[in-house]
This record gives sequence, C-alpha cells and structure tokens, in this order.
Amino acid sequence: MSAKTKDKLATAVIVTLAGIIVLVMAGLLGFILVRGLGHVSFHFLTSAPQTIKEGGGIGPQLFNSLFLLVLTMIITVPLGLGAGIYMSEYAKPGKITDTIRLIVEVLSSFPSIVVGLFGLLVIVNTFGLGFSLFSGALALTVFNLPLMVRITEQGLSGVPAAQKEASLALGISKWKTIKSIMLPISMPVILTGTILAAGRVFGEAAALLFTAGMSSPRLDFTNWNPLSPTSPLNPFRPAETLAVHIWKINSEGLAPDAPQIAAGASAVLILMVLIFNLLARWVGRLMMKKFTAAK
Amino acid sequence: MTQSGRKQKVKQHVIEEWTGKIVTSFCIVLLVVIIFSMVYFVATKGLSAFFKDGLKLSEIFGTTWKPDGEPPLFGALPFIIGSFSTSLLAAVIAAPLGISAALFMVEIMPNIGRKYLQPVIELLAGIPSVVYGFVGLSVIVPLYRDIFPGQGLGIAAGATVLSIMILPTITSIATDALASLPAGLKEGSYALGATRWQTLSRTVIPTTLPALMTGIVLGMARAFGEALAVQMVIGNAPHIPHSLFESTSTLTSVITLSMGNTVMGSMQNNVLWTLAFILMMMTFVFVFVVRWLERRAQR
Amino acid sequence: MQNIELSTKDLSVFYGEKQAVKHISLDFAAKQVTALIGPSGCGKSTFLRSLNRMNDLIEGSRITGEIWIGDENINDPKTDVVLLRQRIGMVWQRPNPFHKSIYENIAFGPRYHGIRDRKKLDQIVEESLIKAALWEETKDRLNQSALSLSGGQQQSLCIARSIAVSPSIILMDEPSSALDPVSSAKIEELIAELKQEFCIIIVTHNMQQAARVSDRTAFFLMGELVEYDDTNMIFTNPSDQRTDDYISGRFG
Repeated sequence: MSAKTKDKLATAVIVTLAGIIVLVMAGLLGFILVRGLGHVSFHFLTSAPQTIKEGGGIGPQLFNSLFLLVLTMIITVPLGLGAGIYMSEYAKPGKITDTIRLIVEVLSSFPSIVVGLFGLLVIVNTFGLGFSLFSGALALTVFNLPLMVRITEQGLSGVPAAQKEASLALGISKWKTIKSIMLPISMPVILTGTILAAGRVFGEAAALLFTAGMSSPRLDFTNWNPLSPTSPLNPFRPAETLAVHIWKINSEGLAPDAPQIAAGASAVLILMVLIFNLLARWVGRLMMKKFTAAK
Repeated sequence: MTQSGRKQKVKQHVIEEWTGKIVTSFCIVLLVVIIFSMVYFVATKGLSAFFKDGLKLSEIFGTTWKPDGEPPLFGALPFIIGSFSTSLLAAVIAAPLGISAALFMVEIMPNIGRKYLQPVIELLAGIPSVVYGFVGLSVIVPLYRDIFPGQGLGIAAGATVLSIMILPTITSIATDALASLPAGLKEGSYALGATRWQTLSRTVIPTTLPALMTGIVLGMARAFGEALAVQMVIGNAPHIPHSLFESTSTLTSVITLSMGNTVMGSMQNNVLWTLAFILMMMTFVFVFVVRWLERRAQR
Repeated sequence: MQNIELSTKDLSVFYGEKQAVKHISLDFAAKQVTALIGPSGCGKSTFLRSLNRMNDLIEGSRITGEIWIGDENINDPKTDVVLLRQRIGMVWQRPNPFHKSIYENIAFGPRYHGIRDRKKLDQIVEESLIKAALWEETKDRLNQSALSLSGGQQQSLCIARSIAVSPSIILMDEPSSALDPVSSAKIEELIAELKQEFCIIIVTHNMQQAARVSDRTAFFLMGELVEYDDTNMIFTNPSDQRTDDYISGRFG
C-alpha cells in the first residue's frame, strides 16, 4: 500500500470513529428523550411515587435533588473558594504544597461509592446525623471539593499579574486585592465551573445511597416549618434524589410502569444537565462580554 | 494623616491579612483532614475483618463468595477479576475512539471538531451515571442478548457502558496533549514530504504517548470506581464468568448491593469494607501511575 | 544634592543563584525626575521593582542591602509593605486599569485607606484626574468602564490612580513604550508637570525620552551602575567610555 493510500485510509478511520461518537451521543440523547419525554407531564413532575401501583410521579425526588443541590453548594462553594485561594495565592512552592496538591488529586479520584461509604461511617453513624439531606450534602461536598478547588485555582491563575500588582502597589492588602480585584476578574471562569459542578452534583447517586438514604418520608408540601419531620424543608430528614430513584426503580422497582418512570426520570435528569450545561456556557459568554465589550 | 491615625490603620489591614490567611488555611486544612480521616476510617474498618474476625488474606483471594454458607466463604476474587476486566475492556474500547476524536479535533478538522465534537464530548461527561446504567439496561443488554448467547448482562455490557462514560476523560486529555505540541515538530515532518498519517503515526503519537496513556489510565480509574452504572448491567452473580456475556459482579457492584442489607459490625459487613479498602488502594495505584506518566510526559 | 527622598545602599537583587542587580548605591532627590537607562536585561527594571518591594512577589528573589526613605530602612522583613506601597506609586509599561469604572479605579485606593466620605472621594477623583490631565476628557463619563478609554488615556488613568493615594515617590517602568507617539508625548508632558510635586524614578529604553524628561540619569550595565550624573552631563560628556558607547548607539 502506498503512503498516500494509507494516509487516506487512516483519515477515513479517524473520521469514522469521530462520527461514531457523535452518533452514539445522538442515539443516547434521542433514546432517552423519545422514550422519556412522552411520560413527562405536570402530574409526573409533581406527584409522589407509587410503590406497586401505576401512575407514580417524581415530585418529591425532584424537590429533594434541587434542595440537596442548594445545600451542597452552600457548603462547597465557600470551602472550595477558600481552599482554592490558599492554593493559588498563599501556598509557597515546596514539599508541603506539593503534598497538598497530591492529596487533592487523590481525593478527586476517589470513587464516589467510597465517598458515600465514608459518609455512612462518619457522618451518618459517628456524627449521628442519620440518613438525611444534610449527610448527603456533606458527602457531596467531600466529593465536589477538589473540583471546586481546581476551578478556583484555574480562575485565579487566569487573572493578569498586572492587575494584582497594580492593586498591591497602591498599598492594598493582599486579601483585599484577592477579594476586590482578582475574584471579580476570575468570576466568569469560576461561575462557569461551578455551574458545571452543580450539574455533576445533581446527577450523582452512588455517594448518596448510604448518606441521604433511599427513601423519602411522606412530605407535606404545605408544611414549611424546617424543623418538622414531614416538612420538605427539613434538612435532617432522609431524602431520595432523582438519580437515586432512577437506580432504585431499575433494580427493584415493583410498579408496573417502572420502565416508563425510569425513562421519564432519566429524561428529566438529562434535561436538567443540559440546562446546567447551556447555562454555564451562556453565563460564561455573557460575563466575558461584559468584561471585554468596552475594549 | 496623623500619627495615631496611621497606627489605627496598621492594625486594621494587618488584621485583614491575617483573616485572609486564617480563613483560607482553615479551608485547606479541613480538606486535608477530610482525606486523612477518610483513608483512616476506611482502612481501619476494612482491615477489621482480618484483625477482629480472623479472616485470612488467602481467603479473600478465594474464588467462592458464600457469606451465608456453612462455613461462610468470603472469596472476593470474582469481584476483583470483574472490576479489572470491565475497566480494562472499557479502556480498550474507549482509547481508540477517544484518541481518534482528539486527532479529529486537533489535526484533521479543527473547525468542525471544535464546533460539534467538543460540545458532544462535554455533554457525555455531564450525563449522570445512573442514566448510562438505565440506557445500558434498556438498549445494550437486550442487544447483546439477541446477538450473543446468554442474558446479555455481564462484562461486555458493563465495559460498553463504561467505555462511553470514560470517553470524555481520554478525549480531553489527548486533545490537550496534541494541541500543546510545538508546531515545528509537525512542520519538520511535513517538510520532509511525509503524509499526514506518517506524521501522526511516527512523530505526533509517539511524542504524546505518555500523555495519551495518562488519559487512558485516568479513564480506567474512573471505570474501576464507577458503581451504579456497572451494577445495573453486570448481572450481579458472585462467580467468575465463563464468557463476557455471563452475569458476574465487580467490587463496586457487590458493595452497592450488599452494604445496605448487612448489619454493621457483622463479618460479612466487615468484608464489604475490606472490598472498599481494596477499591481505595487501587485509587492510590492509579494516581501514582498517572503521576509517573505525567513526569514522563513532561520530559 | 538637596532633599534626598529615597536612597539605596549596596542594594543587590538575586533570582535564585543569579545576581540581577549588583551593589547599587543611589540617591534620588525630591521633586526631580531620575531616569534609569541601559540595555535590556541590565537590571534597571528589577532595581525599580525592588524599591517598593514588588519583587517580593517573585518566588526565589532575594534583596540585600538597604533602601532608605527618611530615617527608615524599608528593606527589612519587619517593614509593613502595605503602608510602604501607599507612599510609593507605580506605573507599568502596559496600562493596567482595573476592570472597574473610571471613578472606581481612582477611588479604590483612597477608600481602602480610610476615606469613606463621598464628597471627599469625589474631590480626590477630580484632583487626581486634573493632575493627570484627564479630567476634561472623562468628567462626563466617570461611571463608564476604564477599559473604554484609549491606551494613552488608560495610562494617564493609571498615573491618576497612583497619585490618588498621595505618595511621595512614583516609579515608572517604561510608561510610554506601549503607546503611540502622540500619547507618549502627552505622558512625557505629564511627567514634567508631576515632578513639581513628586520624586519620579523612570526606567526607559528611549534615550531621547530620558534626555527630555529627566534631571538626573543613571546608566546600568549587566546589573551594575556605570555612571550617575546630571542628565546633561551623561548625554553630552559622559565620563565612562561604556556610557558613551551606549548613548551613541554603538550597542544595546
């Protein structure tokens, strides 16, 4: 075979494989949406699931997922920002910093099921928080922190040195410089990354099986007292999220329409992830524009 | 500014600097404490089967898992084999796809690649694992059941699902490696009259090989630790399969299924923690292999 | 020389093992412009950056020797660099306004240093912009982004920003080299105005500029100070052969 033919052949193979990926993606999305969207209705999104009867919904699960997401982000974002700022601005190069970096890397590659088990052992049992939204949020924080640290570091390292120097040269303290000059400039990167991280949290299930639990108590959506056990706002109640629900009905669902419910719930989950993705892009672009438009 | 005014000022900004240092150090210390306590708790719990229940190391590498038997047998080799074979096979499927996608985006059609392929890969990365499991269960398993003998569940189905899940990892690292290649390297090869494929296969791929391997190992690590998607399509039979299309289990799948059904502190439960401990140790191995490859890539 | 504002004694700067600045002793007078000239890599910018301890930001850098402002040696680990930098303004090669409004760019420093009164801040913003010859162009658009200004205007804004915290010394690192000739000339005019009030130390590649704006000139070569004299003397009758070679364009 001549070099030219080989070249053409190799190019064809590469293009074909790339095409297959796009097809797989299209097939995947198409399958979930076609299978699932038909089942999605207002009733499906708002009503409670049925164990053995048809017609169950995913209302509480959807609410739990969103609530858990908010709880998790409230804990993760400040901690991740703080740790990221430390790594990017305060850590001095050397053995200790290298070790911390290695540790963060290790944490980011821990399987989420291991994080969940750690949560079960320490948060649920030792701290006595039980299967609860709060335990789940803490486990997800552990799971999400390394990503948040990396996002923050990435954002801060993108700030031009001239901006930082200009502020310091005015006799502004380092902390104030970070808060008032550097963080606003790195905001597009940090915000985009955070939204994507939120998407990851929304779809996570393995870390939640043994922390937030696999069941929801009967929720009374008219009870807004966060301390009452039947209130949806109570962070110390067990809560099955949408992703966990999909897993559960697939492995032990008894309702006759379990496959449809799984498809519908998957479609909702995918749509949420899509929304997070598009939102991240849109926010990133919008903020970028805001900063550079005047140039 | 008066002298006393200046003194006041000293205090204020010094306090501010300390606030910053303390707040951020606190965050990082917390992170470090979390990781160390994680390793500590999982390790002590994972080793208690050996120390408290008298499990022998040879027992855990036995081939029969019968926790309810008389006497109970805790041979975890089927799970270990299941984990390794699914993640290896997933990497074997995903590596050519991922590297091709990267080559396509960097070398062949950057415009189309960045516009269409990039978002597709990013989306794949964002899809939750339970959704992959669900699709695997409703599409891939029936497909394999129709084509091959057996129920369709098993290593092949698990590896297929995992390969799509780890594709983004492999692709994005390969893309970065290819894009950061100095332009002179390729131009030198083209200047000698080499075709694109000759340039890619003789210059570009060998130079970026350590980085490409990094991506593949990271992908494998992710596949190894993935729990729910695999659990849904692997079949969960606790023995070593005779074919790729026969039901089996992985470390993660058996933990997922049994952890909730066993009593904390019982021997079976402790052995499950031992499996979690093995999973964690494998994470360390993967991280160190990745570090080693990264050092090679920098050279 | 009357009224010394800042002086260095035996100042050396190291980057790791490499010594970038070697044993420089220099006096800078108040209300004068001193130019630091020399070929690229001669250490003049490093020297400049060590005067407000900006080199502290570079990992592995080390400064030895003394830097005196009044009766205080500021090259001391105990020196509060935040307070120090308030007394020494700095302007860079490329304009680097904050990504904020024109008003905020200037008010940011004084507000941090304790001036909260809106009227007083307004006054500082106006005065600083007037001194930087930018008031007429910007008084109606103070709330617009500083990035909407032209390159020359941005540099003037950076000068205004640094004088807003009322320093006594301003360091300028090739302040007009990234600008077009017209803007560059404007910055030079501005420097001539500002020296009535400040001690200005300017690093420049452009020898005509040094000759035009400065009162004193120091010639650096390979980290060493070759010659320091009145600008007139340096450019008409240098005492060192190497200075002569450099200003007549035989190298560099």
